[in-house]
This record gives sequence, structure tokens and C-alpha cells, in this order.
Amino acid sequence: MTNTFNVLEIREEFPALRQQVYGKNLIYFDNGATSQKPQMVLDAINHFYSKENANIHRGVHYLSQRATTEYEAARTRIQKRLNAKSSNEIIFTKGTTDGINLVASSFGNMLQQGDEIIISAMEHHSNIVPWQMLCERKGLVLRVIPINIKGEILQDEYDKLLSKKTKLVAITHISNTLGTVNPIKEMIAKAHSVGAKFLVDGAQSIQHLLIDVRDLNCDFFVFSSHKVFGPTGIGVLYGKEDLLDQMPPYQGGGDMIAKVTFERTTYNELPYKFEAGTPHIAGGICLGKAFEYLESIDFKAAEAHERALAEYASQVLETFEGLTIIGDAKNKTSVVSFSVKDLHPFDLGTLLDKQGVAVRTGHHCTQPLMDFYKIPGTVRASFAFYNTMQEIDQFVIALERSLNMLK
Amino acid sequence: METSNDIDKIQEEIISEFEMFDDWMEKYEYLIELGKDLPIISEELKTEDKLIEGCQSRVWLSSELINGKMDYRADSDAIITKGIIGLLIRVMNKQTPEVIISNELFFIKAIGLQEHLSPTRSNGLLGMVKRMKLEAIKSLNLK
Repeated sequence: MTNTFNVLEIREEFPALRQQVYGKNLIYFDNGATSQKPQMVLDAINHFYSKENANIHRGVHYLSQRATTEYEAARTRIQKRLNAKSSNEIIFTKGTTDGINLVASSFGNMLQQGDEIIISAMEHHSNIVPWQMLCERKGLVLRVIPINIKGEILQDEYDKLLSKKTKLVAITHISNTLGTVNPIKEMIAKAHSVGAKFLVDGAQSIQHLLIDVRDLNCDFFVFSSHKVFGPTGIGVLYGKEDLLDQMPPYQGGGDMIAKVTFERTTYNELPYKFEAGTPHIAGGICLGKAFEYLESIDFKAAEAHERALAEYASQVLETFEGLTIIGDAKNKTSVVSFSVKDLHPFDLGTLLDKQGVAVRTGHHCTQPLMDFYKIPGTVRASFAFYNTMQEIDQFVIALERSLNMLK
Repeated sequence: METSNDIDKIQEEIISEFEMFDDWMEKYEYLIELGKDLPIISEELKTEDKLIEGCQSRVWLSSELINGKMDYRADSDAIITKGIIGLLIRVMNKQTPEVIISNELFFIKAIGLQEHLSPTRSNGLLGMVKRMKLEAIKSLNLK
């Protein structure tokens, strides 16, 4: 581990990690579901509601202007970290699911019967169902790229599915169930070569990788705040400005209009065209704070630490008899999913919980992926940079005890 | 023998059994034993209409009215869920439909397992308790 990354110092910033559950020290390995929040985000939530609370974009008074400034400053901070060209390209949403639904509804409206959308076999339900609904509504065709047993997208099959009919490819950057890091930059270039647009589901990558949307050259990138150390209920859709300009509004309401008459309404410009109604103001500002926090740490070192955690956990788990790690991609990070022969993930998860270890069990909202592996679900340990090797050791002891009890 | 007393008595019995345990892991060890002891119901009884789908684990429940008393059989793919099923069946089996419908299941909370019957747990148990009462109501109507 590098000198610049002191995990114990990092942990000091996260009060939720310093607690006991059932009389045991909490070991929080459910970061794929949601992340804990650093003190500066918690302080910012309190500060906003105590000192700055006002509605934005419409008040002449002091507080409203201050809240507006903070909210827009958060947008700019996010734009800079993602290396987007303009803050007009940063749309605040409710989260990843909301962002995907926005694109499915708005961009989807511009598609014609017979057009095709490509996803992969490892997508989260929220990157499957909105496209299925769109395909049903508009008579489009949904194509699914298969994966191999290691949990890697079959690039040859992707090449075969791409055609002039392909209008959009929507792929997860990192699989929430397997931890596979997909080669999206190459996949984006391929999609563009047939004239298709590309949406990256960044729900599991924004907290682990430095994202440069211009380098990736993606058309859309969506993520949730709560998985990247910010509050729940807010997220971001990045979209290329010229594309967002062409797209019709998603929801109607206040803030998204330029002028309303009963005869005709004209819409506001970007990004407000896609932000109808009073947004989650505190959420946006505090997501900005979470990004400020990320800027304050050595993110490269954090990324290396997370990879080391996942590798160590895999190595130790592999020594258990009857335990199978699900997902063995060459490029993998932060997630270790496994199943144990003849044991139900729910039983393991319950016993781990009673020993203070928080993991996720079940199908992880990827039922087609579970069908592919022919298992009802997995136990998933998912790490963040504030987790430690010692916690993995404790987790392994708890797992051993659980397995002995269930024998 | 007054059956309504019985159902409460059985619940009290379970509560005092669980009082012997010092910590959570001992409770779960006991639940796992109960789960292993619960008679497995045959595969042909595990049909779609008997299935109570939970997000985490699945439960199958079948019931019959025998001599005016409910006879429940249930199974699950998860052993801890099965253990809790074992407790529920111990309390509810061989009771009249009237008793099952009107009775309050106070033992679950008293032994600290209420989390398993919360809607967020999604292991099929909450659905199972509802279904047990529903089946009792149905057999009452058939009488």
C-alpha cells in the first residue's frame, strides 16, 4: 500500500463505520448497494437545512440566491470531475434508474419501429426493464450480448449484433454482481462506427474509477449519488450537449419551461429542460460535497487498495471447500460474489449479519445473470476504500463459523 | 381442553426455550436444528400455487382441515427460514380455524425474530403467516 493512502485515517471520516451491531464491530461489505457518508457530507446536509434552505432558480431573496449558487456550484464541480465540456451536460436526476428512464423515454422517442437497442447479459434490472418497456411501446428490438462463464462480455458476439439498425448500446461499466470491469471505451468506439449512441451505466464505477467522459467518448453516463458517498435520492445523467439539445423534454412542470401559454409552451435551455419541478436541492449540493471529499483523497491509491481488497478476499475464499466464486473476469474490482454448495445464500447472509458482517444476498437485481449461472443467488461482499484487510480476516472467521453451523 | 389456551401456552413454551440462549448465534443454532428436523415435504406438493415467493428465500405451504383442525405442512429452500416455519407450525398446527384467525402471534417478537416477518426481509415468512390465516378462513367457509 502506498504511503499516501492511510485507510485508518480515511475511516475516521466515516462515523457510520464506528458502531457495533448485535454487540459486534460492524464490518460493512455492502458498498455495492450503498456507500457510507463522510463527515463533510453529513455536515453539509445539516448546514444546508439550518442555514441555506430556500427554493432555487426563482427567488429574489438572499437565501434563494445562495442556495442556487451552491446547487449550480455542485453541478460545475461534477462537470469538472467527469471532464464534461459544459455544465449544461450535467442533468440532476433521482439516480441511475431515473437517468436510464429519462434516456429511454426522451431519446427513445426519437427512435423508429425496427430500430435496435443492445444491452448485455450482465445488466442490472434497471438497465433491462426500461429498454424492454421502450421496445414494447415503439416496436423496437432488444438484443442481448452473451457473456462467458468468467463473466466477460463476448466481444465477437457484440460485433455480430452491431448493425446499421443499432441506435443505442447500454452497458454497465462494472457489474454489480460479478465485479467485471467492461472494456467500454472500445465498445463505445465500435458502437459509433455503426452510428449508434452509447449509454454507460456508471452506478458501480463512479466510486471506483476516475471517469473521463470525453476520453471514453460516451454519449450518456448515468450514476447515483448514494453509491459515491453522497445522499440518496439524487443522481446524474451526463449527456453530450448537442444530443441533449435534440432530445424532447422528459417530464413537464416548473423550471423546465421558458414560456407557458395554453396554446403553446416553449422549453427552457439545458440543463433545466430536463429538470422539471423543485429538485432535491440539498441532495445536489451534498453530492457536490461528496465530490469535494473525493478530490481530497488520493483516488488512484484508493482504487489500488480496493483491488487489493477484492483480490485478497478472493484468494482466501477460494480455500473454502465447496465454495465457488461467481465471476472471474480478468479485469475485476471491488466485488466478490460466491455461492457454497448445498447452502442457501440467505442462511449465510443471516448468520454473517448476526456476527456484524453486512453483505448482500440474493439475485442482486440481475435475475437473468443468475439464470445463466443456474444459481438462486449469491453472497456478495462489495468493498469501498475505507474497508481493511483485517475486516476481511474477521469476515472469513465469521464465514467459517456460519459454514460449520450449517453443515 | 380449551384450544385457545393451548396456542398461547405453546407460544409461552417457545419463549422460555429461547430465554436459555445467551446470544444470537445460539438462537440461530437452535433454529438451524429445527430447520433440519422439519419434515421435508414431497416435491409434488411444491407446486406453483403452494409457493410463496420471497426475494431472498422461497416458502411452500399446503394445508388441510382434518377433524375440524388445521393441518399445515411447509418447506423452504433456506434452512433458517425452515426453522422459523417449524416454530410457526408448532404453534398453529392442530388448532381450529377460529383460533388461528383470532390469535395473535406474540412469540415471534418476544424471541427477537420479528425482523424475519418484516416486509423488508422478503423471505416469504410474512406471506406464509398471512397465507396460514387465509387458509383457515377458507376452511371455515367450507364447513
